[in-house]
Amino acid sequence: MKTMEVRLHVNGEPKQWTIAPGDLLLDVLRREGYFGVKRGCEAGECGACTVLLNGQPINSCLKFAAQAEGADVLTIEGLAHGDTLDPLQEAFLDHGAVQCGFCTPAMILNAKALLDRKPHPSEEEVREALAGTFCRCTGFRKPVEAVLAAARGSAR
Amino acid sequence: MNSPRTIVGQNVRKVEGVKLVTGGPAFTDDIQLPGLLCGKILPSPYAHARIKRIDTTKARALPGVHAVLTYKDVPRVPHTTAGQAWPEPSPYDTYLLDSKVRFVGDRVAAVAAESRAIAEKALRLIEVEYDVLPAVLEIEQAMAPGVAIIHDEPDSTGIHDASRNIAGYILREIGNVDEGFRESDRIFEREYRTQRQQHCSLEPHIAISWLDGDGRLVIRTSTQVPFHSRRQVAMILQIPVSRIHVIKPRMGGGFGGKQEMLLEDICGALALAARRPVKIEYTREEEFYMARTRHPQILRMKMGVKRDGTILASQLTVLATTGAYGSHSTTVQGNTGSKVLPLYRAEHMRFECHVVYTNTPVAGAFRGYGCPQGFFAQECLVDEIAHELGVDPVEFHRRNVIRLGDIDRLSAQLGEGKAGLPRVIRSCSLPECLDRGAAAIGWTSKRKALPAAGHLKRGVGMACTMQGSGIAGIDWASAFLKMNEDGAFFLQVGAADVGGGADTVLAQIAAETLGVSLDKIVITSGDTDTTPFDVGAYASSTTIISGGAVKKAAEKVREQVLRMAAKMLDTPVENLTCGDNRVSTVGKSATMTQIALHAMYKEKTQIMDGASHFNTDSPPPFCATFAEVEVDTQTGKVRVLHMATAVDPGVAINPAQAEGQVEGAVAQGLGYALTEELLLDDAGRPLNANFLDYKIFGAKDMPKLTTILVETDEPLGPYGAKSISEVPINGPAPAIANAIFHAIGVRFRKLPIRPEDVLRALREKETAADDQSL
Repeated sequence: MKTMEVRLHVNGEPKQWTIAPGDLLLDVLRREGYFGVKRGCEAGECGACTVLLNGQPINSCLKFAAQAEGADVLTIEGLAHGDTLDPLQEAFLDHGAVQCGFCTPAMILNAKALLDRKPHPSEEEVREALAGTFCRCTGFRKPVEAVLAAARGSAR
Repeated sequence: MNSPRTIVGQNVRKVEGVKLVTGGPAFTDDIQLPGLLCGKILPSPYAHARIKRIDTTKARALPGVHAVLTYKDVPRVPHTTAGQAWPEPSPYDTYLLDSKVRFVGDRVAAVAAESRAIAEKALRLIEVEYDVLPAVLEIEQAMAPGVAIIHDEPDSTGIHDASRNIAGYILREIGNVDEGFRESDRIFEREYRTQRQQHCSLEPHIAISWLDGDGRLVIRTSTQVPFHSRRQVAMILQIPVSRIHVIKPRMGGGFGGKQEMLLEDICGALALAARRPVKIEYTREEEFYMARTRHPQILRMKMGVKRDGTILASQLTVLATTGAYGSHSTTVQGNTGSKVLPLYRAEHMRFECHVVYTNTPVAGAFRGYGCPQGFFAQECLVDEIAHELGVDPVEFHRRNVIRLGDIDRLSAQLGEGKAGLPRVIRSCSLPECLDRGAAAIGWTSKRKALPAAGHLKRGVGMACTMQGSGIAGIDWASAFLKMNEDGAFFLQVGAADVGGGADTVLAQIAAETLGVSLDKIVITSGDTDTTPFDVGAYASSTTIISGGAVKKAAEKVREQVLRMAAKMLDTPVENLTCGDNRVSTVGKSATMTQIALHAMYKEKTQIMDGASHFNTDSPPPFCATFAEVEVDTQTGKVRVLHMATAVDPGVAINPAQAEGQVEGAVAQGLGYALTEELLLDDAGRPLNANFLDYKIFGAKDMPKLTTILVETDEPLGPYGAKSISEVPINGPAPAIANAIFHAIGVRFRKLPIRPEDVLRALREKETAADDQSL
């Protein structure tokens, strides 16, 4: 099997991994222990595998790992600072926005990309940001409220 | 002793919350095992066929392949995959692998290989010659004379009439409906149709299996029923129950789809054959047609009423299909009668149902468990009756719905696959749910509003529904608690948190009873080695049944704690109370840590106890669902503007989590009403097994949601709790259909209500009006 090297930063840490040219970024991240990146459909439809690639939310099931060469990848594991959670993580907990938790990392990362770009979004903009992440548990009211609360800087 | 509650009723954070928001290892797949193989199943390309010849020589010879299994390699043990209490009321009509396939996606063979690519290549190398049989795809065809018999094998048991493809048959009557209809002033009868809906848990079915150091079979799996799965796998693989260890990590959604022993048997068989760890994970496509669906039904609903709107008699006749295997066949359909008809106080009720096999994907348990179908029919017909009689639907419901103190006699006739127990209504806030839901949607003014000019027409509609809380006399659970040196408690429960927050609710009940803060409860759930038995997460049972067990166990442990503290503080037990992480009496107290250390190192006693719990009744939660819609008469698109759901869950142990259950159920109910249907072509092949073509509601599709908890105090529930996870899914479809009628004056009796259906109906209505004017 042909292999190649890929160099990238994951959650701020430099990484060099030996991969196969056809490996998906999703598979490589999970193989390396980033379990917060979820496999929900492998077709770019459900968004559960969302990571931020140079600050942009992408479906890691639609990217070859090789395409992340030189990139900064942020997964949910990199959002908290030690034991201090990101305000979005706090807000998701406080607003009951986590049910099964499978799509939660993707929702939070999509919300983070939005808030980085637009710190005070409207509800419409929050819904637009979460539209690429399917959730079968919550009906989205509480996740949307959580993102708006995090944007207001008040975790209830 | 009614001290104020400090933890029950509070919106505490989810006990596993931090792990979930930080991406910590939680789910079945969040583990790395050396030597893990990839398992794959070869699905049948035909809806109905016999395997004439199967040759695995080339697949076995492929480097990296460690096991290939066909029906020739495994024991033939008839069983059901339905995760139900033993003896399961579903027919034993399923085999680990069989020489006959009965739907597109049925198992033909299974492989385990060193990579997914090798496993997929191995599947392609398996040579199969099929004798293709005529397929029965249409539900109305299934019982016709001369059609193919789907279960012609001699060794299946529990099938009602295999020669006519009838998996199950139910007939129950209370009173005398014929007499009731004779006494009625008006009789209404309509036919309704419901579709094949898929659960769409974001985490697909997945199991990982290996042999531990002692040669025991470990199965790590996303299951709602760890203990039933263990028992079923033991029977199928013919190994003792105690040689199997089922571990349920966190589940990424289940909704009934994981109340099923679906991959555990084949994954275990592959691990035994390969002597290596094996993982089988369904792809999204496989999840759509190789997992389970909601049962499609054709329902004929008939009601007789007096002129004043009193319902005298109701009759529901159902033809349902269970697909190729009878998982949950009679029990789901039994609910369509037993939990739906008794919503009204009619004296005469009759329920008849045929559940037929077809060569289609297998139906199973799905949130609501037969009730969404039944309530769609009943609540649409009731809306029609109210309209015909000129009575406001809310008022019509008020007059007819079941009340506090009533006894539901139909439940006594129709239990889980056998006669059940009568239900006594000991708590009910349905009248208030009606009032508050109506107020939230603006019912009175919107019902009277004149139709808008232009092509956007608005309407409001409503429905009332109920469910159960556990299966009376069958569901049971147990819990075990032990105290640690630091004054914290290990809580071990067999219960399986599907994702809705059962672990948190159970920990809250334990903490409340023991008088400790939530962080003093460390919960382990759903592990067949380390936790005591629980039937699992289904039938809205966990809060009331498992919660009942936790409360009992915690009360016993509290007694031990108090006795220990009484010795330490030299005070009679009666003077002591638990609270605030300590045991106190006037002027003195001991912390839980001090009590634990005293017990363990002075008294040499482990404070610990367990308890089992079941109920002989299944208290129904009630729900009033209100919908406001806008119908575009140019495109036929129905936009839901607002869903207001008022629910009686008993006491909400964690109100925020309870609201989340309601809102998730409403989202699934919206899909059921308007968009979701797994479609098959004329050969039984799935047409839309992906999230682009099978549309579930996303963040931008959701309407405004108003959720109202109208709490009651249920005497049979722990701290007054009933249940909430299922009941709110029943209302959206009928409430939306009724709102569409209010908007455009057309009744829709088939789900989902698609834009093309609306447009066609509007054109037909116009044509009819034109014809009349000619």
